[in-house]
Amino acid sequence: MYPSDLKYDKEHEWVRVEGDVAVIGISHFAQNQLGEVVYVDLPSEGDSVNAGEAFGEIESVKSVSELYTPADGEIIKVNSALADSPETVNEDPYGDGWMIKIKLADPSQLDGLLSAEEYEAFVSEEA
Amino acid sequence: MTEKLAHTPGSAPSRGPRSLIFETGAPESRCVMPPALDVPEIDLDAALGGATRSEPPVLPHVTEVEIARHYAHLASMNFGVDSGSYPLGSCTMKYNPRVNEDAARLEGFSGLHPYQPESTTHGALELMVGLADALAEVSGLPGVTLQPAAGAHGELTALMCFRAYHVDCGDARSRVIIPDSAHGTNPATVAMCGYQVTTVPSDADGGVDMDVLRSVLDTDVAALMLTNPNTLGLFDSNILEITEAVHAVGALAYCDGANLNAIMGISRPADMGFDALHINLHKTFSTPHGGGGPGAGPVCVTEALAPYLPGPVPFRREDGSYGFAQPASSIGRVRSFYGNFGILVRAYAYVRALGGEGLREVSEQAVLSANYLKERLREAYDLPYDRTCMHEFVLSGSRQKREYGVRTFDIAKRLLDHGFHPPTVYFPLIVEEALMIEPTETESLEELDRFADAMIAIAEEASRDPELVKGAPYTTPVRRLDEAGAARNPDLRYRPEE
Amino acid sequence: MRHIPVTCDQREAMLRAVGCSNISDLFADIPEEVRFARPLEVPGGLGEMELLSHMRGLADANKPASGLVSFAGAGCYDHYVPSIVDHVLRKPEFFTTYTPYQPEVSQGTLQAIYEYQSMICALTGMDVANASMYDGATALAEAAMMACRVTRQRRVVCAGTVHPEWRRTLSTYAGAGTFDVTFLSPDETGLTPGMGHSAAASALKNGDVAALLMSSPNVFGNVEDVGAIAALAHDAAALLVVGTNPLLLGVLEAPGVQGADIVVGEGQPLGNAMSFGGPAFGFFACRQAHMRHMPGRLIGRTVDVDGNDAFVLTLSTREQHIRREKATSNICSNQALCALAAAVYLCAVGREGLASTARACIAKAHYLRDRLLKTGRFTAPWDAPFAHEFALVYDGDVAEMHAAMLEFGFLAGVPLSRIESAGPAGPTAKLAASLVLFAVTEKRTRMEMDAFAGEVASL
Repeated sequence: MYPSDLKYDKEHEWVRVEGDVAVIGISHFAQNQLGEVVYVDLPSEGDSVNAGEAFGEIESVKSVSELYTPADGEIIKVNSALADSPETVNEDPYGDGWMIKIKLADPSQLDGLLSAEEYEAFVSEEA
Repeated sequence: MTEKLAHTPGSAPSRGPRSLIFETGAPESRCVMPPALDVPEIDLDAALGGATRSEPPVLPHVTEVEIARHYAHLASMNFGVDSGSYPLGSCTMKYNPRVNEDAARLEGFSGLHPYQPESTTHGALELMVGLADALAEVSGLPGVTLQPAAGAHGELTALMCFRAYHVDCGDARSRVIIPDSAHGTNPATVAMCGYQVTTVPSDADGGVDMDVLRSVLDTDVAALMLTNPNTLGLFDSNILEITEAVHAVGALAYCDGANLNAIMGISRPADMGFDALHINLHKTFSTPHGGGGPGAGPVCVTEALAPYLPGPVPFRREDGSYGFAQPASSIGRVRSFYGNFGILVRAYAYVRALGGEGLREVSEQAVLSANYLKERLREAYDLPYDRTCMHEFVLSGSRQKREYGVRTFDIAKRLLDHGFHPPTVYFPLIVEEALMIEPTETESLEELDRFADAMIAIAEEASRDPELVKGAPYTTPVRRLDEAGAARNPDLRYRPEE
Repeated sequence: MRHIPVTCDQREAMLRAVGCSNISDLFADIPEEVRFARPLEVPGGLGEMELLSHMRGLADANKPASGLVSFAGAGCYDHYVPSIVDHVLRKPEFFTTYTPYQPEVSQGTLQAIYEYQSMICALTGMDVANASMYDGATALAEAAMMACRVTRQRRVVCAGTVHPEWRRTLSTYAGAGTFDVTFLSPDETGLTPGMGHSAAASALKNGDVAALLMSSPNVFGNVEDVGAIAALAHDAAALLVVGTNPLLLGVLEAPGVQGADIVVGEGQPLGNAMSFGGPAFGFFACRQAHMRHMPGRLIGRTVDVDGNDAFVLTLSTREQHIRREKATSNICSNQALCALAAAVYLCAVGREGLASTARACIAKAHYLRDRLLKTGRFTAPWDAPFAHEFALVYDGDVAEMHAAMLEFGFLAGVPLSRIESAGPAGPTAKLAASLVLFAVTEKRTRMEMDAFAGEVASL
C-alpha cells in the first residue's frame, strides 16, 4: 500500500526521486479518503513551486483538497492525462496517477520526509 | 411497511425517467402563437443593423397537451412539502399557505411595472412598508431593506454596509470572524467583500469558544458573523458577552437569520447585541422554496447602519402617502428594481394572518416539536450535544458507521423509501456523520411520530441488514446516481443529433 | 392555530415527553437579559377571507401597467404569458420543493432545469448555462467577478449604455473591494464607442482589463455592433460580457456567435409576470473553457445504478457549501421557479412562436416610432438600429405629458429621468431630462398605438 522506494509527507503526497527530479503524487490513503476523484487541477509546465505551497487541487464529487509540494523547484512535466481520466489517481496512485515532475532546487529539502514505514504509522493514527 | 420496502432491489420504479422535451412533439407542432401582425412587416435585417440570427435556436416544438403531460410527469418525480415531512435542518421547510399564492397573483400586484408613477403603486408601497415594519419589530432592528433576493444576497448586502461604515470611521479593516459551525455562504460572502476569514472553534457546549474569540479580536476585525441559535440548534447563552467583546474592538456583529424560526417574539437579535440580521422569507415567513428559489433576504440593521442600506427604500410620509427614498450614505443597490416583490407579498400575507401572537406561537411549537423528536431519537442515534435544543437538533450516525458500516448518507437514502425527505446531512461540519433535523411547526404529532418511527426502524435495519440500507433507495423514480461520472464528463445541455 | 396541526392536548403531552412543565422551560438557555418581555406589536390574526379581502384592498390601491395600454419597458416588459405557464408553476411538486440536493426524489426539478439550461445555451449560442441568478444586474456583476478570476486581472470596463441600475449594481459590488470598474460614455449615436474611438482605446490600453461589459440591445433599445466590440475586447486580452434580452434572441444573432465569452441577462420577458420588478431571474452562460469559474448551480445528465437516465447537481465543488471562502460566488438560493416559467414559456411558444413574437414586437415598435415622430412632438436623438424599444426626445415637459397620458389610460413609456443615475457624462446626459423610452410588446395593437399617437399630438 505504501511502496518503500517512495518518500511521503504529512499532507499525504508521495515523492519519487530520480536524480535531481522529483515525481509527486498522492498516497493510497489520500485517494481512498477522497473517494472517486473527478478533477485534478494542475499547474503549467515551467511554473516554479515552493515547498509547503499549494501547486494544484484535487476534487471528488463533494470535496476539494489542495496539493502540496515538499520541495522548491521548477515544474518540468505535468501529467496531462489526468485531465481526461482523473480516476487514474484512484486506480494507480503511485504509477499512472502521478501528478507533476519538478526539477529540485535543493534536494536536501526532502531529507525530512517520512519513510513508508513512518508514513504508515502516521496514517494509522489519523484513521 | 418496512418489510414491504425491504424486498425491492431491482424492482421497477413507479415513475421512471422521461424523454427530454426536445425529443417530444413534431416540427409542425405549435402551442401558443402571437396574433397576426396588424402593422406593416419590416425588413428585419435592416432594422437590426444586420444583426439577425444566422441559425434559429434549438427550442422544442410541442403542443399544449404535450407540455402538460411532460411537466405532470416531471412533477410526479419530485418530493415537496405537500408530499410529506421535509425535516431539512436549517432550511425551515414549513407549509406554504395557498392563499399567499393567490394574493401574489392578484393583478394589482403581479401586473405592476417597476417604473410606474408612484401615484399608481401606493398599495404596493404600503405593503412593503408594512412588511418592513413587521421585520423591524421581530428583529428589534429599525433599518430595513427588502432588496436582497436571497439569504446569501442579504449577507453580502449587510457586509457591504459594514465595510462602508468602517470606511467612514476611517478604516475598512480586513478580517471577519466566523465560527466553524457556520453556513458556507458566510465565508463565501466574506471573500466577496474582500475580507479575510478567521475561523473560531466551537466549545464543548457547541457555542463560540470565548477564549479563542477574545484572542482573535482586534481592531483589524470588521465583523463577527454568527448564527444564533447556531447550526447545532443551540442558543448561545454567552451571546451578550460575545457581542460586547466584538463591539469593544469597534467591530460589528452580524446575525445569520437562517434560524429565526426558533425565536420570534421570544428573543430579538437587536437585544442580543447584533447590528444586522438577514431574514430568509422563504424559511421563517413561509414563502415557497420553488425548487431552489426565488426567496427573499431582507436585511435589518441598527439606526447607525441604516444610512448605508441600498436604495431605494420605501417609506411612509407624514401625510400618509408612500414613496421611495435613497439612504444618505447608501452603498448603492444590490440588484435591479426593489426586490423579489412577489415573495414580499406572500410574506406580508403570512404576517397579517398570524400577527405578533401567531408568530410567537410558531416559534414555540417549532422548538417543542424539535425537542420532542430529539427525545424520541436519542436512543437510536448518537446525540453529540445533549441539551435542550431550539427549532432543530443534530444527531450523529457515528455508531451506525462504526458498528455496521452504514453511513449517514445511507440512512438519508433509506428514509426516501420510508416516504420522508431526509434531514440535512454532513452539516454542520463539526459533527461527524451529522443528521440535522428541523421538523418545523407545521408537522402534526402523527407525522412527527411517523418520522421518528422510520428513523428508529432504519437504525434497526442498519444493525440487522446493513446491506439493505447501503443499497437504498429502492422505491424512488431513479436510484443512486453516478455522480462521479456526471462530474468527470459534464453533460450540461441537450445536443441535438447531427 | 393556523398551519399548526398540533392540538392543545397534544402540546401538553409533548411537553411532558420532553420533561417540561411549560413552554418557557424550553427557552431556559436564553439569558433573561435577552428575553423579549412584551408581545410583538405586529397586527394580524386575519382569517383567510379577511386576509384575502385585505390583500385585494392593497392590490386595488395600485393601477397596474398590465391594465393600462403600457409602453413601459426599460428592463421589465409586458409580454403575454401563456396559460400553461402558471398551471405548471402552481404544481406543489415544483413550488414547495427545496434545492434538489436529493436527486432520487428531485428528478422533476433537475430535468426541468437541465432543459432550461439547454434552452439558454440554444438562445445565447453558448456552451454552458447555469441554473439561474437573482436577476440581470447581479448576473452582470457576477460575470465581472468571474472574468477577473479567469484573467487574473481586477479591472472591468463597462459600457455606459448598459442599464443604469445594472451599472449601479456593478459599482456597488465593485465597492466591496475585490475589483474596479471604469465606465465608457456612450457616443452621440446612443451606442458604445467602438474601435478607433479614443475613449474606448484608452480605457483598454493598459492590458489590465478582465472584461468589457456591454448590452445589446442597450438601455436605449439600440442594437450594438457586438462583433466589433468583441474584437476590441479580445485585442486587449479582455473577455467580452454581453447582456441581452432573451426574447429578442428569437431573431437577434446569438451573442456567442458574435464573440461573447459570457452572456447574461434578465429573464423576465420569458413567461414571468412584471410583479413590480421581481421575482424573475438572471440567466448566465459561458464557454466550456471557463466552466469551472462559473457561479451558481449546474445540473448534469448521468445514469443511476440501474442504468436509467437521470439528472444531478454537478461540478458543485465550485460552490459555497463546499469551497466556502474560495467559492466562485456566495450564491445559494437562486430563482429556479422563475427559470422553470421561462422553460415552459419557451416550450409554449416554441422556436417559431418566439421568432414571431420577437418580430411582432420589433415591427410594432418601428410603427409606433414612426407615428410618434409624425406627431411633431418628438424628435429622434439618433438613428441607430433598434429592436422593440427606442428613445425619443419630447419637446415639452415629460412629466406633464406622462401624467396627462395616464389619465387617458396610457403608460407613456419610461422617462429616462425615472431610472436612477441615468449615466455618466456624455452626449446623452444633456438629453436625459427630455428622453423617453418606449417599449412595444406583441400585446399592443395598431389601434392602441394610433390612439396613443393621436392623444399625444393633441396635448
